[in-house]
Amino acid sequence: MLRNYLKVAVKVLLRRKFFTFISLVGISLTLLVLLVATALLDQIFAVKAPEVLGWRTLGIYQMALRGPEMNYQAAAGYRFVERFLRPMAELPAVEAVSAFTTPETAVSYLGGKKIESELKRTDGEYWRVLRFDFLEGGPFSAADDDSGRRVAVISASTREKFFGGETALGKGIDLDGRRFEVTGVVADVPYLRLASYADVWVPISTAKSNAYENELIGNFRVLIVARGRADFPQIKAEVQSRLREAKALIDDPQYDRLTGGADTPFEAAVRILPLGAEARRTGRLLWVAFLGLAAFLLLPTVNLVNINLSRILDRSSEIGVRRAFGASSAQLIGQFLVENLVLTLAGGAIGLLLGALALLAINSSEIIPHAQLAINYRVFLAALATALFFGLLSGVYPAYRMSKLHPALALQGKAS
Amino acid sequence: MIRLESVSKLYRTERVETTALDNINLEIAQGELVAVMGPSGCGKSTLLNLMGLLDEPSRGSVSIDGKTIDHYGDRELARLRNQRVGFIFQQFHLVSDLSVADNVEIPLLYRKMSNRERRIAALTALDRVGLSSRTRHFPTQLSGGQQQRVAIARAIVGQPSIVLADEPTGNLDSAMGDEIMAILEELNREDGTTLVMVTHDPRMAAKTHRTIRLFDGRQVQ
Repeated sequence: MLRNYLKVAVKVLLRRKFFTFISLVGISLTLLVLLVATALLDQIFAVKAPEVLGWRTLGIYQMALRGPEMNYQAAAGYRFVERFLRPMAELPAVEAVSAFTTPETAVSYLGGKKIESELKRTDGEYWRVLRFDFLEGGPFSAADDDSGRRVAVISASTREKFFGGETALGKGIDLDGRRFEVTGVVADVPYLRLASYADVWVPISTAKSNAYENELIGNFRVLIVARGRADFPQIKAEVQSRLREAKALIDDPQYDRLTGGADTPFEAAVRILPLGAEARRTGRLLWVAFLGLAAFLLLPTVNLVNINLSRILDRSSEIGVRRAFGASSAQLIGQFLVENLVLTLAGGAIGLLLGALALLAINSSEIIPHAQLAINYRVFLAALATALFFGLLSGVYPAYRMSKLHPALALQGKAS
Repeated sequence: MIRLESVSKLYRTERVETTALDNINLEIAQGELVAVMGPSGCGKSTLLNLMGLLDEPSRGSVSIDGKTIDHYGDRELARLRNQRVGFIFQQFHLVSDLSVADNVEIPLLYRKMSNRERRIAALTALDRVGLSSRTRHFPTQLSGGQQQRVAIARAIVGQPSIVLADEPTGNLDSAMGDEIMAILEELNREDGTTLVMVTHDPRMAAKTHRTIRLFDGRQVQ
């Protein structure tokens, strides 16, 4: 029976080329967009090297000084980090605390050619919290940071720019007019990895000025690795408590409090969206995302439902014949659903192919530096589930209508 | 074999109620070859639909082999149609997407059979109507007479005990009509298949065992 359904489905689709074309375009383009979107989200939020501890890591990405009339929003300041966050490493719930700056552009000149690199200043813990793949050498240490030693870890593509692919270990690179010795080379990290992306990493203490040391608000991001996810609430509460404590250090009368919080990457993304009260933000975003996705999926689905309903009129004679010769309603529903599933899976396969090509194009175009977008198993399963969702949703109602056609009327071409 | 008792069929719209059949009582015995005649709109096709379990009476009851089918559900009616009834239509109603052999196999899809058994049965039925050389063709590649022969093969492939034919020669010229009628007579004669045929053509009706005449939904003979 199933074999025959499949045979009929393929024949129907091949014979009704226009319908098949329109349906396939709708399904495959929708899937293409979904695949690219999910690959991007996967790149941003999924736990991947070097952020292998990401599943039990909270980040302090944004902070603000707030007053009755003024707000100053930025990242954490070094003073706040060292005095209030760094000591959290002593708490039983916390495994490690690491701080690093938001990337800044460092300029180098090599043979008269200007090279711009994204530079991050980090502490020694950074290399323990984030597990980079070292191609040669190793990271700099906390002692290097304490002593202000001018050492650097560079990415593979930076090595290529400066040394043409030859070993970089022990060699020097000039960054903003100062020389740093390369201690290690790591594999490129995609731009979308907030905590780990950079071209060059140097110790925090190598900054040209030490003005940053007195800031409550500045350009530092902090990662707090918990022992487990169960410790998140306790750590978040502790960060809030320390933010309140830090209020005493505010020396500008325009401001009276310090806000921020320890977030998962997803919560951090939500925090920057204007979605209302903080406590409700995550849940609300999930709803907005869900409703947006549903609306996006509904468009081609409604389109398919419409096309399918109009096909009933077209095929009323066949339905009448099948009913007359013994097809039950359930068997007709089965046949029609198989036809829809064949169509949507074909659209899904084309969508996957187009998606793979699109991701390849994005990766090679460098629109997103070092992007490593890929159709991994998560994205593939999401695409497959989406295709099946389309197939069932767009087929169920028309199939039900089809099965309820009165056989005598269907034979007369009256499909209502 | 087929028994209709006090059967009426009404069609209702918001404003009008039309009586398609009014108090029909008739019985068709196993192996009969019966013609149903009457002017257009007198209820011939409605009668055939009721006999073929494609429609339900508004009043009265329909019995097949002594069993009243009043309370049969969708699945039971479908099974009964599949096992006992074959249909031949004036418009042929072949599925244009399917080859001749695939069209003939349709009734067997709803039975537990292997693909091979289905194919053998379809080829045998096509051989019987003289179309064994056209099994891979599509309906649109055949003449009207050939299409009706495919439809006959489809009606008999499941070896039903009843074949209901709604103006089977209505769309054919007289020579082709005679050919089709000859096949139907042979079916009735050799297999003992009960055959009820709606026709406008007195020549065709003359070849049957008896004629039921309808007028304005009533049985007049």
